[in-house]
Amino acid sequence: MTLDTVKRGQSFRIVSIPDNGVRAQAIRFGIAEGEVVTCDEVIPAGPIVLRKKRQQIAVGRKLAAGIIVE
Amino acid sequence: MAHCHNVGMHIEVPGGGKKVVLVGNPNAGKSVFFNYLTGMYVDVSNYPGTTLEISHGRMGKNVIVDTPGVYGISSFNDEEKVARDVILAADTVINVVNAVQLERDLFLTQQVIDTGVPVIVALNMIDEAEKQGVEIDIDLLSELLGVPVIPTVAVKKKGLEEVKNNISQARPGWIDPELRRQLGTMLNRVGSQGEALLILEGDPAVSERHGLKPGDRREEIYKKRRERVNDVVKRVMKETSSSTGLAESLGRLMIRPATGIPILALALYVMFKVIGVFVAGTVVGITEESIMLGIYEPAVRGLVGQFVSEDSVLGTILTGEFGVLTMTFTYTLGLLMPLVAGFYFFLSLFEDSGYLPRIATLVDRVLSGIGLNGRAIIPLILGFGCVTMATIVTRLLGSERERRIAIFLLGLTIPCSAQLGVILGLLAPLGTQYIILYSVAVFSVLVVVGTLMHTALSGKSTDLLIDLPPLRLPRIDNVIKKTATKSYQFLKEAFPLFALGSFLISVFQVTGILEVLQNLLAPLTVGWLQLPAEASTAFIMGIVRRDFGAAGLAGMSMGAMETVVALITITLFVPCIASILVLFKERSKFEAALMWCGSWVIAFLVGGMVAQLSDILGQNHRVSLITAAIIAVSVLIIIGCRVLNRNRSVKNRSAAVVNK
Repeated sequence: MTLDTVKRGQSFRIVSIPDNGVRAQAIRFGIAEGEVVTCDEVIPAGPIVLRKKRQQIAVGRKLAAGIIVE
Repeated sequence: MAHCHNVGMHIEVPGGGKKVVLVGNPNAGKSVFFNYLTGMYVDVSNYPGTTLEISHGRMGKNVIVDTPGVYGISSFNDEEKVARDVILAADTVINVVNAVQLERDLFLTQQVIDTGVPVIVALNMIDEAEKQGVEIDIDLLSELLGVPVIPTVAVKKKGLEEVKNNISQARPGWIDPELRRQLGTMLNRVGSQGEALLILEGDPAVSERHGLKPGDRREEIYKKRRERVNDVVKRVMKETSSSTGLAESLGRLMIRPATGIPILALALYVMFKVIGVFVAGTVVGITEESIMLGIYEPAVRGLVGQFVSEDSVLGTILTGEFGVLTMTFTYTLGLLMPLVAGFYFFLSLFEDSGYLPRIATLVDRVLSGIGLNGRAIIPLILGFGCVTMATIVTRLLGSERERRIAIFLLGLTIPCSAQLGVILGLLAPLGTQYIILYSVAVFSVLVVVGTLMHTALSGKSTDLLIDLPPLRLPRIDNVIKKTATKSYQFLKEAFPLFALGSFLISVFQVTGILEVLQNLLAPLTVGWLQLPAEASTAFIMGIVRRDFGAAGLAGMSMGAMETVVALITITLFVPCIASILVLFKERSKFEAALMWCGSWVIAFLVGGMVAQLSDILGQNHRVSLITAAIIAVSVLIIIGCRVLNRNRSVKNRSAAVVNK
């Protein structure tokens, strides 16, 4: 499934991230491919907020639609 | 010498001294270290080609250099490029790490270590980490990284002296053996390990300096580094509890629309109240009225009048109505400076507390409809302060496409603080109905034009990917320092433009071009906008300064509907001459000219449509009907664009499926 369909509180593994630049930034933030993260918040029709330990990252909806998780 | 490749800034280091560079993620607390290590005497200089300021100061024989907060070094944005170049030229790096966000921060630490420079780590906010139930084995961390690690609580001055005394203990840290081998090969070609690393990681700028093709190992190196960092964190960090504090609950409320929108509305209300009443009223009253108009201008006129007559051409240009020595100084120092500082103060407050990225998250959805992402809220808010400044700030946006949209919308639809005051003064007595009509018209133009540009422009806008740091109480000294630096930077960049603008307008005035323009515009004003002929003078004045245009309308006798039509037109009309000059500086000449003409057309088109509608609909209920008509037309256009966009993305997607 894609990241834009996850629900609040759900935990999942990030499988693939499109775009080289975004992928590099994601690795720096610690939410690289293969990492297990939790969905902290879903803004209706807006960004998805991910959490890994104390790190919170907001991901725009369109980007989230291209990120595959499981 | 490898260092000569670091074009950019030259910082003098006395003989025998070292260049010690402070590095850290945003909000790691670097500035406290910098102030502590350097004391009173600090040089702030602009980093060429960017809007960024780099501070450096002396500590004994050594020079301490600050860098912008970054998550890693490469070429993704100006902050990173500056940090990259400063780090590549460093003799020693003090890396300030936030103990609460160890996993994120150590990526940068390991990247800096990989450049081969001697490093010492200040593990900051160690008290906060303990409070949150995080225990860190500092000796083991130091052993794994291969560099000294000193626990600190910078705001309480704990551990700072120890860092200072141990700078000479900094040493090159642990590097992955495989990476070390690759670096060795590249090192033979470029002569500096740091540059070798960045070339391997595919940094375009550093590769170009050496005439090499950027490497393709970024992903591989990044992934390995990330794995290493995760492993280090797993070994040194113990979490005894994971409490959710008050700050976290508040942070949640800020990004959920149901609570986030009221919170944002309240924050903006307070901001506009403070800026609108206190800064625009009291402060500007003193700076513009008493100081600049009361003391400064008569003094300058008197002084210049001794050498040139005030009525001569030179006199008009220097000290006339739009004089370079009079209006430029009064406008920028007396009026704009306090307002700009007020806006930067609030922005710094939002930024330092961690609220700003949450605002960006909250509004991302709305802004994505006009081809921007949540980060564009920063220039849009600043636009209400000064459009010239906001246009410069759009440099932080992720793509040229976003800058194009944001810059045009800023110039077209955002009334700057100087103009806003006059507009509100004219609107308020007309009653709620007219205020709503004005707001709806201007806001509709913003949304419709944004949507149209998003639909028509080729290319892709960048998506939001933003770190939400823990909320904290803003540090006032930090906020004030940021406000001061940014305001000063604005002044430095904008002042020459305002001066040039004044000069051009005075030339227009002396040569009579201004009058010719007013006469040219008059038929359009009378026939199409149905306004008195004098209104054209106000519009032309609006080219000089937007508030001049609006103020010009104040002296005319017009009915309520005429006033609203005039105000809508003057709001949408071309931005002030300084903004236009920035526009030409930031964009290509063709694009800037197109944008400038575009604002003429849209201003008169929309203003005229409102005027014509009110004519057709007659006296009864025309205000609410016109408002409804504007909303209806806007909604139709937006729906049309949405459908077009959807069809296009469906087509793209099916094409992508076919390609697979």
